[in-house]
Amino acid sequence: MTKPTEATPTGHAANATLTGAQAIVKTLESLGVDVIFGIPGGTILPTYDPLYSSRIRHILVRHEQGAGHAATGYAASSGRVGVCLATSGPGATNLITALADANIDSVPLVAITGQVGAQAIGTDAFQEADIVGATMPLTKHSFLVKDAGGIAAAISAAYHIAHTGRPGPVLVDVTKSAQTELTEWRWPVKMELPGYNPVARPRAKQIKQAAEELRAARRPVILAGGGIVRTGAGAALERLVDMSGAPVVITLMAVGAISDNHPANLGMGGMHGSVPAVAALQQADLIIAVGSRFDDRLTGRLDTFAPRARIVHADIDPAEIGKNVAVDIPIVGDAGLVLEGLAAEVAAWETRPGYAKWWEHLNDLRERYPRGYSQPADGRLAPQRVIERLSALAAPDAVFAAGVGQHQMWAQQFLDITPARRLLNSGGLGTMGYAVPAAMGAQVANPGRQVWAVDGDGCFQMTGHEMVTCALNGIPIKVALINNSSLGMVRQWQTLFYGKRYSNTDLHTGADTAMIPDFVKLAEAYGCAALRCSDESQVDAAIQEAAAMTDRPVLIDFQVSRDAQVWPMIAGGASNNTIEYAQGLAPAFEREEF
Amino acid sequence: MATHTLSVLVENKPGVLTRVAALFARRGFNINSLAVGPTEHPAISRITAVVDVEDHPLEQVTKQLNKLINVLKVVELDNQEGSVQRDLLLVKVAADATTRSQVTGIADLFRAHIVDVSQETLVIEATGTDSKLGALLTLLEPFGIRELVKSGTVGIGRGAKRITDRALERALE
Repeated sequence: MTKPTEATPTGHAANATLTGAQAIVKTLESLGVDVIFGIPGGTILPTYDPLYSSRIRHILVRHEQGAGHAATGYAASSGRVGVCLATSGPGATNLITALADANIDSVPLVAITGQVGAQAIGTDAFQEADIVGATMPLTKHSFLVKDAGGIAAAISAAYHIAHTGRPGPVLVDVTKSAQTELTEWRWPVKMELPGYNPVARPRAKQIKQAAEELRAARRPVILAGGGIVRTGAGAALERLVDMSGAPVVITLMAVGAISDNHPANLGMGGMHGSVPAVAALQQADLIIAVGSRFDDRLTGRLDTFAPRARIVHADIDPAEIGKNVAVDIPIVGDAGLVLEGLAAEVAAWETRPGYAKWWEHLNDLRERYPRGYSQPADGRLAPQRVIERLSALAAPDAVFAAGVGQHQMWAQQFLDITPARRLLNSGGLGTMGYAVPAAMGAQVANPGRQVWAVDGDGCFQMTGHEMVTCALNGIPIKVALINNSSLGMVRQWQTLFYGKRYSNTDLHTGADTAMIPDFVKLAEAYGCAALRCSDESQVDAAIQEAAAMTDRPVLIDFQVSRDAQVWPMIAGGASNNTIEYAQGLAPAFEREEF
Repeated sequence: MATHTLSVLVENKPGVLTRVAALFARRGFNINSLAVGPTEHPAISRITAVVDVEDHPLEQVTKQLNKLINVLKVVELDNQEGSVQRDLLLVKVAADATTRSQVTGIADLFRAHIVDVSQETLVIEATGTDSKLGALLTLLEPFGIRELVKSGTVGIGRGAKRITDRALERALE
C-alpha cells in the first residue's frame, strides 16, 4: 500500500547565490527528492553538472518514455512524487506518452525539461518544441520558466500540485538561459497558487446521507476505485466493508485496495470483470463509488449501466462527479476521509442490514461462474497457468507491474493481490510498454522487495531496452514475458469480431516461428539472466530460479499458446448485461427477479 | 440548448487564455463568443465566455474550468434581468451622397456613432446586446455591408455585489 501523501517537505531555511541549474538541484534536494530518472541533452546540460555532485541518485535511462514510466512506477509503488528529467525537443516529446499515462491514472510526477534559451524561443531553434503547449491537455499543470529567479517557486509549486488533491503530472520547462543565470536562491519559497484549493474533507451531511442510503438499500455495492490505492485508504475500505456487510467491486486501478481473497470482494467489474462483479453492479439498488471515474471500460454502454441503482459518488476531483454517470449524492473529498466517515456512521448502527438475500444471489453467481480458463487446443502452455503459478510462488509482498493487453487482464485475474502486494497498471491510457520501466521505478523505490514485470511480447519490444538500465544500475527486476507471438488482445478481437483475419498482429516471436527477436538472447545481450519455458512442467522451476536471482535482472520467456483468450468479456460499446463468461456463454442474471 | 454566459476570473499570466480555449475545444464545448481583458485588479484578467449547452454539460464546463490551476473563479451571469451584457460592433456600410443621410438616420435610431466617413462608406460603431446589433445589421443590409467586426460579449452583474471578492484579492497580494 502507498503511504498517504505527506505535506510538501521543506528543507532547512537557506539562501545562496546560485546558477539556475544549481537552483533546480538544490530545490529538488530541499523537497526531499532522492531519485531522478532521465537523459541529458543540450538544453538540460547545465543542470546535469550540479546533479553530478548531488546526493540525488540519477538513473540514466535509454529513452525518455522509460524515464516517465519509471518515475510513475516509483511514485505508484511508494506514494512519493516521481521525478523525471529530459532535454528539450525530442527529449521532451518522448516524455509525453508517460505524462499522458500518469495524468489519466492520477500519478504524482514532476517532469523537468530543458528548453532553448529565452531569446531563441519561437524561432524554431535546434531541438525547440513547445512542450508546455503540447502537454497542456495531458498534464495537471505546467510551467515555463524563463528566469532563474522563478525556478524554486515553479518546482515547489509543481511538486505541491503533483501530490495534493487529485494527484497528477506537472511539467516544468526551464530555458537554458534560466539555468545559466545567477539568482538569489531562498528556501523555503513562497508558492503563489491562488486558484488551487483542493477540498479534501468531505461534508458531514453528505456522508450521513450516503450512510442512510446504505442502511436502506437491499442490494448495495461499494465500488472501490484507484483513489483508494493512491491515498493508501485500503484499511478504511476494509473497515467499512466488514462493518456494513456490503459487497465490494473493484476497478483495475483499485486492485490491492482490499485483498483479492477478502470474502466481500467480488472482483473487478467491467469489460473483463468477473461475472459476480458485473452482475452486482447491474442489479444493485445502490452503488457507493469511491475514487473511481466510471470509466467506459467499467460501465459498458452507459444507458444500460446499473439501471436500478441510486449512485453515491465520492471523489477528490469534483469534475469526475456526474461526468459520466448521473449522481444522487455527490461527495467531494479524499477517499480515505470519505471511507472513514462512512465507517464511523455505520459503526453507530444498532442493527446490521446483512443483505442476506443479496449475498445468497451473489454467492450463487460466484459458485456458478468462478475464475477459470480452458486448456488451449494447440496443446501449448496456457498463459493463465503461468500467472497462476507466479502468484503462488512470488514473494508475499511482491510488486507486479503489468503491460497492456491480454497478459494485463490475466495478471488482474490470476495474481492474488493482497494489501501487502501491489499490482501497477496503465489503466486509463492503456500504454503498451509500461511494465518494464514501471517495474524498474518500483524496484528503485522498494529495493528490498521482489518486483515482477508481467509483460507481453508486443509490449516488451516497445520499452524492453530499459533492461539495460536495470542491469547497469543494480535494479534486479524480474520479467515474466507472456510470449504468445502476437499482439494478443488485438488478435482476440480479430478472432471474435473480424472473422479471424489476423491483420498485422503476428509478431513471430513464439516457438516454431522465426523467433525474432530471440528474447533469451536479447535479454542476455542486455546483461540480464534469461530463461525459457514452454512446458507446464517447467513453469515452477523457472519462476523459482528467477525469484532466487537478486544480483541482476532476469527474464523468463514463457512461450504460451497464441489462441488463449481473456474471458469473461463484454464486447466494446455493448451493455454490461451481455457479458459472456466464456465464448457464447452468457449468464442470464439480468432476467432473475428479486 | 440554452445560452449561458460565464465570467471566468483568471490569473493574468501568459498561456492562460490558451488553456481555457483549449479546454473548451477538447471537451467538446461550443463557444459562441469569448472576450478577455483586464479587471480592476492588475493580477486578474476576466474572460467572458458565451456557451451553448444544456445544464448538465454546463456543470461540466464549470467544473473543468475550475480545475485549471490559473482559474480563480467561475460565475454564471444571469442572462435575464440580473446582468448587463454587451457586444461592440464596427461595421463599414456602403453610403454615398444619396444614401448617407438614411444610413446615419438608422445609426441614430440605435444610438450608434459614425466613426469614419469616406466618399463611398461609413463606419458605424454600436454597442448593445446581440439581438439589438442583429436588428441594426438587418436594417443596414440593403445599403451593402462591406466589412464587419464584432467583439465577444462582455457582461457584469447588476447591483452592488461583485465577483472579485476580498479573499481572492488577499490571495493575490
